[in-house]
Amino acid sequence: MTLLLTCCVGGVALAALLCAAKAVIADTVADRIVALDMLLGVVTCGIAVGAVATRDPVLLNLLVVTALLGFVGTVTVARFMERRGL
Amino acid sequence: MSQILDVVIGVLLVAGVFLNVVAAIGLHRLPDVFCRMHAATKPATLGLLCVVGAAALAIGEASAAAKLLLVAALQFATNPVGGHMVGRAAWRAGSPTPPATRVDGQGAPETAS
Repeated sequence: MTLLLTCCVGGVALAALLCAAKAVIADTVADRIVALDMLLGVVTCGIAVGAVATRDPVLLNLLVVTALLGFVGTVTVARFMERRGL
Repeated sequence: MSQILDVVIGVLLVAGVFLNVVAAIGLHRLPDVFCRMHAATKPATLGLLCVVGAAALAIGEASAAAKLLLVAALQFATNPVGGHMVGRAAWRAGSPTPPATRVDGQGAPETAS
C-alpha cells in the first residue's frame, strides 16, 4: 500500500508538472485557462490521495474548497477574456 | 474483508491517477485549444471521481462520504459549464485551429485535408 501511494503521488506530481509547463509555454490565453483549470483539478486529486494516505477527514474540506475555487476561477477568467476580446 | 477493501481502494487510486496523467499528456499532444479542452475536462473529471471514491472508501465515515459526494456532484455540475465558457470565449477570441481538425461533413472525403 505504501509503494502504491508513493507511485500515485509521483503520478500526480508528473501530471501537475505537465500542466504547469503547458500553462507557461501556452501561446493563447484560452490555453492558459485550460491548463490552469486542469492544474487545480490535479491538485484536488493530490489532496484526495493525501486523504487516502492519512485517513484524515479534515482534508475533505479542502477538497470542497478547491472544487469550487476551480469553477469560479475558470468562469471568471473566461468572462474577462470574452469581454476584453483577448 | 479489509484486504478486499484495500484492493478496491488501490485500483480506484491507480485508475484515477492514470487518467489524470493521460489528461496532462493530452494537453501537450493535442493540436488546438478545443481539443485540449477535451483532455482537460473529461478524463480529469473521471479521474477525480475515482480518487474521491477511493478516499470515501478509505475513510469510511458517513459524514466524509457525504462531503465527497458533494465534491463529485460539484465536479459533474461545474466542469461542463466551465468548459463551455472557456470554449465560447476561445471561439470568439478567434483561437487558431489547424486545418486537420476541420471537418467538412458535406465534402468529398478524398479532398479533405
